[in-house]
This record gives sequence, structure tokens and C-alpha cells, in this order.
Amino acid sequence: MGKQNLSESALDRIEKEHAEWLEEYRKAQKKVPERLSRFSTVSDLEVKQLYTPLDIRDKDFSEEIGFPGKYPYTRGVQSTMYRARHWTMRMFAGLGNADDTNQRFHYLISHGETGLSTAFDFPTLMGYDTCSPLARGECGKCGVAIDTLEDMGRLFANINLEEVTTSMTINPPASVMWAMYIANAEKQGYSRKKLGGTIQNDCLKEFIAQKTLMLPPVPSLRLVTDTVEFGTREVPRWNTISISGYHIREAGATAVQELAFTIHDGITYVEEAMKRGLKVDDFACRLSFFWNSHIDFFEEIAKMRASRRIWARLMKERFGAKDPRSMLMRFHTQTAGCSLTAQEPYNNVVRTTMEGLAAVLGGTQSLHTNSLDEVYMIPSEQAALIALRTQQIIAEETGVTNVIDPLGGSYFIEALTDKMEEEAMAYIRKIDELGGMVAAIERDYPQMEIADAAFHFQRQIEAGEKTVIGVNKYVSERPDLEFVLKIDDEIERNQIERTERFKQNRDKAGFQKAMDALRRRCEGAACWENNVMPALVDAVRAGATEQECCDLYREVFGTYTDPGTF
Amino acid sequence: MDIIQQIVAGDVRTIARVLRDIDDELPSSREVLQRLYPHTGKAHVIGFTGSPGVGKSSLVDQVATHYRKDSKTVGILAVDPTSPFTGGAILGDRIRMQRHFLDPGVFIRSLATRGQFGGLTRSTNDMVNVLDAAGKDVVLVETVGVGQDEVEVANSAHTTVLVMIPGMGDDIQAIKAGIMEIGNIFVVNKADREGSRKTVRELMNLIEIGVRRRNGEEWEPRIIETEAVKGRGIDKLYETIEQHKAYLLATGSQRWREAVEKRTRLQLLGVLKDLAFRAALERIEARGDSIDEMVRRIVDRQSDPYSVARQILEK
Amino acid sequence: MANGRKIRILVAKPGLDGHDRGARVVARAFRDAGFEVIYTGCHQTPEQIVSTALQEDVDLIGLSILSGAHRYSFPRIMELLRENNAADIAVVGGGIFPLEDIPMLKECGIKEIFEPGAKLGDIIEWVGKNISAHGDAAPLSS
Repeated sequence: MGKQNLSESALDRIEKEHAEWLEEYRKAQKKVPERLSRFSTVSDLEVKQLYTPLDIRDKDFSEEIGFPGKYPYTRGVQSTMYRARHWTMRMFAGLGNADDTNQRFHYLISHGETGLSTAFDFPTLMGYDTCSPLARGECGKCGVAIDTLEDMGRLFANINLEEVTTSMTINPPASVMWAMYIANAEKQGYSRKKLGGTIQNDCLKEFIAQKTLMLPPVPSLRLVTDTVEFGTREVPRWNTISISGYHIREAGATAVQELAFTIHDGITYVEEAMKRGLKVDDFACRLSFFWNSHIDFFEEIAKMRASRRIWARLMKERFGAKDPRSMLMRFHTQTAGCSLTAQEPYNNVVRTTMEGLAAVLGGTQSLHTNSLDEVYMIPSEQAALIALRTQQIIAEETGVTNVIDPLGGSYFIEALTDKMEEEAMAYIRKIDELGGMVAAIERDYPQMEIADAAFHFQRQIEAGEKTVIGVNKYVSERPDLEFVLKIDDEIERNQIERTERFKQNRDKAGFQKAMDALRRRCEGAACWENNVMPALVDAVRAGATEQECCDLYREVFGTYTDPGTF
Repeated sequence: MDIIQQIVAGDVRTIARVLRDIDDELPSSREVLQRLYPHTGKAHVIGFTGSPGVGKSSLVDQVATHYRKDSKTVGILAVDPTSPFTGGAILGDRIRMQRHFLDPGVFIRSLATRGQFGGLTRSTNDMVNVLDAAGKDVVLVETVGVGQDEVEVANSAHTTVLVMIPGMGDDIQAIKAGIMEIGNIFVVNKADREGSRKTVRELMNLIEIGVRRRNGEEWEPRIIETEAVKGRGIDKLYETIEQHKAYLLATGSQRWREAVEKRTRLQLLGVLKDLAFRAALERIEARGDSIDEMVRRIVDRQSDPYSVARQILEK
Repeated sequence: MANGRKIRILVAKPGLDGHDRGARVVARAFRDAGFEVIYTGCHQTPEQIVSTALQEDVDLIGLSILSGAHRYSFPRIMELLRENNAADIAVVGGGIFPLEDIPMLKECGIKEIFEPGAKLGDIIEWVGKNISAHGDAAPLSS
């Protein structure tokens, strides 16, 4: 008897009928051949023409699929899922200076957004103030420029920080930005114990994919672990890492690579925190994840379902977690920026709708839907609104949220979920064999796997094996879109002036004292007494800019450049 | 200004172009090299070799930094393999040398093996001469120590640094026959990795054999553990390189002259082989023949390689 | 053997963004087309890029940028090339540019802009047609 509780005789009958059908299919194929010589997902995973109970005959429902909110959480992390509450609609926003972005936050909230997500500009992401010569031409272009505690205050002006949760997409300087967020919130009279939100703070995927590089891997991990430790003790509602597959995927990885490398990053963070002496059940519930929802509908749903099952099993079996909350893979999703096209940009609304729907059917906890103009620039107000409305339509009009995990039990989805798990686990074992993720990164292993996949995909596009409408099929010219956001170059000059003024006005002695204290902690061995976070909060209060803290990091810990092998 | 004067004065564009001419094997470059030769012979040439991924570029970067602190000017030639399938190459060694990009005292040139009839040794040495004539106090040559050519490039340096990483026991076994003899300094890079001490011990055993074989040479090869990306062990490496130089230059000794003779011999043989081969090719062309055509005749058993070669040279 | 000049191309990423997917894919395609590619990784300043181009004697610089800082970095690179008497080195750009910026970029001397959707084959064909190591990189003679 198959584990699906089908009797042997029932399975025999299906097998026989399947063989007969396949015979007919092949005959028909002789008359009308298949469109393609090979059918595969966007990640080039081959798929069959039909899936039947035979594909999941060995599946144990309770062990593998089960119920929402129950181990291994294949069907969702909460028992009620979207019947109780929709996912958090969290639109990634940041442009120009703090005031411009604050205005955008209020605009999105007034149109029904339910969580904030901050995009910083490149100098901020790399740990440079706008005054740095390396920052020329970048200020406010791809996000908001935040140099000082004063900027942070203006960014969140008139927003209740105990009510809203805030995500900040920042990595090597995450500790500094978080310190500014906490210092600002406390200045406004909020309690750190009640602050909720997420810092991305995922340094490993920077080495693998996004290349926002500042410090070498080992000290980067130390700082991440400092934030986990500090969060566990001091800011209990905060998600201290958002372990991100998004950028790995955007860099050209397949769905399986995204899944495997990200989860192995997660394994590394857990190991580091445990080495620090934290108990797995004390911090694991504050780790969150971040997936990309790409254009291949079923593949994405299967990936997200598989991710929950893999993580739950790893946490339970590999790390001995007892608290069910430690086993939950809670994740944010963003639709795939790299699937959007500059040609016929209005088609991007359609792509984003499908990708957003996949994320919802995959059981996401929060979602950013890309704006149709995001292929050119950070979104204009008009385009951001259409993107937000897309989520609201999926949530409130289509009825897809009425039933939990509606695709669960589909022969295809379950078989594909299994396949994702199986292939991801093979990668995870391979990285274990290499000595863990840091060793693998030093050998350029994940980087090369991704570069190969990206090159393969580009070849497939150019050979017409994969289709992108408007790019390699029904080709069309790039139009001049009516509402592309423009960032005035004036913003850079003003921001430089503001930061210079801020530095002149601070108390020099107090600033120096706070920086010395921070340095001592950085130079000391990694432990709670040398945790950088309390000293950082003091330093930014004393007027330290983002770059001054990051320069100190660079001085103490050294810098890192991408090995760039091919 | 005359080209030679421009090179000697360190003009970046002229130096870069003459290196290109050498790389592209333009006949005009030979004349330039000939005229440049009197200006050469001052630079200390240091070869770095080892398998891919052992961290040679990072070491070169660090050693260059030390020389700059000593106010010495540095030339760097970084060799990467050419793709045998396409003839193209991606040269990425510079990535680890970014801090020197804006320093006029450092000239970095990336070079592909190109794999043409063993011409790498000659062209690399020619390029070393250009940087030498351009007044660089030291020239660091980085090659992937896998082929005979690359070993020869390293061997033609005054000081040769052989780089490896922990856990390369099998590699050591494999290369000991050829390459171990040429190392003056052995570096175990990435020494924070497991097995570093073991690799050092294995090396010590092998070097003892080498020393005995070499008999008569007094320099005892040194083994240095480094972590290039963190700058650890580089002081020691730098000191040892300088000690080796001092050893070569010791008064009353002929060692520097011997090292220069070794270098010059390899260079002369390289030029000779190259010119002879070119002359042979010209003759083949002159008689309306081609290598491909000759290969066909040999494969068809109408002739044999020995007769064909002799006929060309005898004319 | 004297097979003539080999085309040398610098693939560089100015600005602070780390989106190197495009630069890496193009670098590989150039290698496969038989060119020698010098790759310097992300986060390069205009000064570093020009210094590398001079030392490596490249025929072409391919700039990849997605951060929006091209309005600063592209003209600056062109200016530095002119200052260093190296205006003969051709420069092309790849990435995402507002349409209204393209005339300005061409005006400052960028030879071609490859926008999203540009095929590798087209880029290589463009190099074949427009970049000649024989012509631009004249041999030195004394």
C-alpha cells in the first residue's frame, strides 16, 4: 500500500491507465509534435507532461504535508493563515533624502500599506556618508541617504514606531542603522522592548551575490551575532536577520540554488549564535527569511513550501530545537526585479501579478510587489500605487485567500516540492563537505554556481529556448515611460551640507569618548561584554555618523574585495 | 621624446604600448627591446608561482605594499591562462591589487598565456626588461605554476617564491620532482586553515632532499606561513625576500652574477628559439608550404617529421 | 606567432552598486569571442578605471552600472581619458539609463549604450565592427 493510503489494487489500476494514456499521448504526438523538445522551468528543471498519484505514492501525508501551523509546516506557519489576517503589505521605499522618503511612507500608509520597508541609497548601504568622495553621483538615487541620527528622525517623523513594523534593507552597516533606529525611537519616547521590525543584516549573501562588501566574512559574522545576541536580550520583537535568497536569485541563481544557499546561510547564523552561547530556542524564532518570487509560477510555490519543510527539519534534527516557534520559516517575498523588462513596461504589471499570486499561494508573511517602472529606477508614486493595489486585489477580490494552501495535494506541486527539497539538500550536503558556507564562499563555490546559471540562462534567452515577451519574442522598442522618477542632483549638495553641519554641532568630547568605547568593544573578543550594539547606540546618540562607525569597523576588522573569479 | 627615453622616464602609455607590442609579437618590439637592453639589469625580479586559488595575487599585493612603504617602485606582471577553446581570457588578478591603482609608483599589467609555441617565458622576460628599464626597483611576476612554461618563468627570477595552501599534500608529491628545486622561499598561505602545520612539516622533509640534491648551494629554502588577505606573515615574507637578495649580493660572492647568468641564459635561449622558429616559418611560407600541409603529408605517410624538419632547415 | 593584435577590453563597474550579473555575463561572452578581458570587480572610481585602462593598454572600456550614478561617473571617466591623452580608447556603457540621459552620455564621448535586452551576440558584433586593435593601437617604432 502506498503511504497516500491508496490500496495496491487502486495503484495498479492507476499505473495501467497511466501507461495506456501515455501510449495515446505518444501516438498523438506523432501527428502533432510537442512544441518544445524539452519542457523545463525558468530554472531549467525538467518537468513531465502529467503528474498522477504515482508520483507521490510513497508520500506520508502526516509526515510530509500535514496541516498548517503543524510540523513540518509545509502548508504554512500559522494554523489560520490568511483567513485570520492577510500578509503584511510592505512596499520597499526610499528615495532622495529623509523627508522625501517620509512623505512616500505616509502616502503608502494612506493607501492601505500595512508595514514599512526602507530602501537606502548605495553610499548608505556601503557604509559611506554622502560627503565621501566615493559617494559622488549616488545620493538618493537608489534609496534614501541616511548619514546621521537626525536623518533617521526625519525619516520616521509622525509615524508610531510601536504600532508599525519597519524593515530596513541594509547589510554590512546593519548594526549602525539599527542603533540609529533604536536611538531615534527612544528619543521619541518609545520603548525598545516594543519595537518591531527587521534588519536584513545578511552578510553572507553579500559575498555570494549582492556584493555590498565591507568587512571580511569572519568579522561580518561576529557583528551579525552581536545583533542577534542584543536583540534576544534587549529588543525581543525584532527580527535580527532576514536571511535572503532574493539577491542570490537576482544574480542569476536557479530556484534550487536560491533555496539551498540561503538555507545554508541560515545554518551558519544559527551555528554562530550557538557558539556565542545562546540557546537555539532563545533566538531562532527571531530569524526570518526573504524569498524571490520569479516568473515560473509552480516552481516558486513549490520552492516556498519546500523551504518551510527543510528549515523545520533542520532546526529540529540538526540543532535540536524544541520550541515549535524555532522551527518556523517565516518569510517576506519580493517579486522578481530581474523578470521585468524595459521593453513594454506595462507588461510588468502582469508579471508582478503572477509572481505576487505565487508568493501568496506559497504562504508568504509579507510581500513587496514591484512597480512597473522599477526596471528603470526606484518607483514613481503612480507606479508604486498600482503595485500596492495589485496585492490588495489578490487579497481582497480574487478569493485565493479563502482556503489555506489550496494547491496542497496537487500531484504536480507535491512532486515538485519534493524535488526542490531533494536537490536543495544535495547542495546543502555539498557545502557541509566543503567545510561550511564561509569556506565555500572563500572557494568561490556558490559564486561560480550562480555565474554559471546566469550565463546558461542568457544563452537560453539568446537561443530562443526561453521566452521573454518583448525581449526575444514579439520584440518591441523601449518606450519613453511617462512617469519615471527623477532625483534632483541638488539633493546631494544639500545632504552634504546637512551632514557637515551636524558634525560641527556635536559635542566633540562626548563624541570622542563614545567612539573610543566602541573601538574597545570592536577590538575585544566577541562576547556579551564586548557586544557592539550598546556602544553603537551611545555613539550615534553622541553624534557619530554612519561612515564614522563603519570606518572604525574597517580599521579594526579590515576590508574585503570580491575574488571575482570566473 | 624618443620611445626609449619615454620608457626610461616612466611614461605609462608608452610602457603599456610596448608591453602590448611584445605580447602581440610585433617585429618592431624587438628593436625597441634591443635598444632598451642597456637600461636593464637594475631591478630585483621576484617570481611567485603556485596552483590556482592559493592566493598569489593577494600575496603579491601585500608584498608590493611593503616595497612601497620602503619607497621602492614596483612593477607587477600577473599571468592568467588563456582559454584553449576560444583564445580569449579573463584576467582578474588586479582585483586584489586595487589599493595600488592610483599609486604612480606601481605599474600592474595582466597577461594571458596565449599558449603560443612556448613563447610565454620569452615574452614575460621581455616585459620584465621593459619594467626594469622603466626604473622599477622590483618586478613581481605572478604565474600559475602548472605548465613547464610557467615554471620556467618563475625559474628565471632572481628570487622564486612557491606558494601553496594547507592540505595540498598530494600536490606537493606531484610537483616535488619539478618545481620544488626552484623555490627559494616556500609560502604556506591561508595558514589559518586546518593542516597548515602538517603541510609545513611535509615541505620541510621534501626540502631537505632538495637541498642535498642541490649540494653546494648555501641558501637554505625558508618556509613561511601567511594569511595574505589579513596581511599576516607578510613582514616575515618581505624580510626573507630581502635576505635572499642580500644573500645573492653578498660581497665576494658570485651568486648574484650566477642568478643573472641563469636568467640571461633562459632569456637568450628563449629569443633564439623564437627567432629560429620564426625563420623556419618564414621559409615554409616562402616555399608556398604550410604546417597544416606538412602534417597532412606526414599523416598520409608520404614523409616523416624528421625529414620534413630537416628539409626546412637545410633549405 | 605574429597573429596580429589581440583585442583587449576592460570590463569595469563604476559606482557603489554590486549588481555584477551583467558585467560577468558580458565578460564571459567576450572571452568566448576570443578577446582578452580585464575585470576589476565592483565599486571602482573613475580614477581607478582610467588608471587600469592605461596600464593595460586596452582598446575598449565596457562600463556596467545600475545605480543611477552614470551622470557623474561616465563624463568623469571621459574627462580623465582626455586628460591622460587617451581619448583613443573607446568607451561603451551597459545598464539602465533614463532615455533622456542617453544623448548627454553620447555627447560626452560614450560610443554606444547597450540597454536591457541587448544580446551578447549584438554586443560582440558591435565590438567586431567598431573596435580595431590594428587601427587604434598603432605599434611603436623607434
